[in-house]
Amino acid sequence: MIESMVSANSGNAILNSDKQHMDYKIKTKKVDVFYGDNHVIKGVSMDILPNSVTAFIGPSGCGKSTFLRLLNRMNDYIEGFRKDGEILIDDQDIYDRRVRVEELRKKVGMVFQKPNPFPKTIYENVVYGMRIQGINKKEVLDEVVERSLISAALWDEVKDDLKKSALALSGGQQQRLCIARALATEPSVLLMDEPASALDPISTAKIEELIYKLKEQYTIIIVTHNMQQAGRVSDNTGFFYMGDLVEYGPTKDIFTNPQNQRTQNYITGRFG
Amino acid sequence: MTHLDSSIHQLKESLIEMHRLVRMQVSKCRDAYARFDTDLAREVISNEKHINALELKIDRDCENMLALFNPVAVDLRFILAALKINTNLERTSDNAEGIARYVLDLGKPFSEEIQKDYEVEEMFRVAIGMVDDATEAFIHEDTALARKVFQKDDLLDAINRKATQTTLRYIAENRPDSLHYLNTMSIIRKLERVGDQTKNVGEEIIFYIEAKVLKHGSPNQ
Repeated sequence: MIESMVSANSGNAILNSDKQHMDYKIKTKKVDVFYGDNHVIKGVSMDILPNSVTAFIGPSGCGKSTFLRLLNRMNDYIEGFRKDGEILIDDQDIYDRRVRVEELRKKVGMVFQKPNPFPKTIYENVVYGMRIQGINKKEVLDEVVERSLISAALWDEVKDDLKKSALALSGGQQQRLCIARALATEPSVLLMDEPASALDPISTAKIEELIYKLKEQYTIIIVTHNMQQAGRVSDNTGFFYMGDLVEYGPTKDIFTNPQNQRTQNYITGRFG
Repeated sequence: MTHLDSSIHQLKESLIEMHRLVRMQVSKCRDAYARFDTDLAREVISNEKHINALELKIDRDCENMLALFNPVAVDLRFILAALKINTNLERTSDNAEGIARYVLDLGKPFSEEIQKDYEVEEMFRVAIGMVDDATEAFIHEDTALARKVFQKDDLLDAINRKATQTTLRYIAENRPDSLHYLNTMSIIRKLERVGDQTKNVGEEIIFYIEAKVLKHGSPNQ
């Protein structure tokens, strides 16, 4: 993936990969983040396996969304933002100056808390990223729309209404459309920031089922405040508190036998 | 205290009550056996329905807590352990009831010689001691005391093994009091089961407090 992420005139150094650690899709090494004087992420090191679902949990303001957004450089333009440490995807430093952010974001898709379709047709929402890249060939776009909507488990519901406004869809359908839009650029990593928190239980169940299916093809990281959701959908869970990654491990271990008292207090609802 | 904390506290109180009732059952069946007290034996049999009702209540409480609170970590382990402790205590009471029925079945005092040869008094003493230790370990969340239960179970196993030899010797001697010793051996077997069940309780106490699985010689121990 990295070749396409790096600008064409980049040197070979960026392509060198550490074969010894190729098993991990994402590696972060002693990552610190500051917003001005505010130290919001403190020395977080974390390895994430490919084709897995990783959940970030923690109270509001703990740094989990900030950490998630680091992975496709969405914090770059926040005033006072500064990052130390390394973040590697496929063993390439995504903060290397030669990395083109727009290329990174094609490969690291993002789905937000609130469904945010564009005020366009369903079809145009899905192909939006492709059109920005200058791809307008109908056959190509048609194929992308069908593939993406099938992957997002929305095709059967909208295949006869592709020219309908995306805003006419239900909240759950809109969120799956946003997932389809993220999948259209063929990412290998999908970031989800509370993707079901604004949805009803049935739509939530569909999103969770989708996450379970999508991990066959994608590496998924999800921020959630819903402990049961983290338990249901994720293979690994990281608990953040005040910028620290307090505990990180297999979800079944975190939810049955957490090693850290703060983790136990949080997941059992006895925090503070 | 959260709603879940309060429910867990009530569940623990119910289990302590279950421990207390079961301990009383084992103690009363010992007295019924030793003194050939048929009234006491009938009381043990009658009490069984209270134990069964409490078992059902505790099961229902656990089911409700799992459904309503989605417990995790130590809360989840406690409720899972409570279900198994509850089952084991109820079966211990079943064994006490079975012993009471053997007392009534014989219809007269057990031969003192047979009681002595089978070490029945020692078997009861150790079994009741195990139930007491398990109860204290549960109340005070004392895993060291829970582990003591395992050592005492070895004593019961040893007496149980000797009982088979004693019975074989009695058969070879062609003794006329066969119902005495056959019922006594059955009582020994039931007390050995009480030991196993109490050991299971100890394992569950350690599971919920330390998150260690000890049963079946699990590698997780």
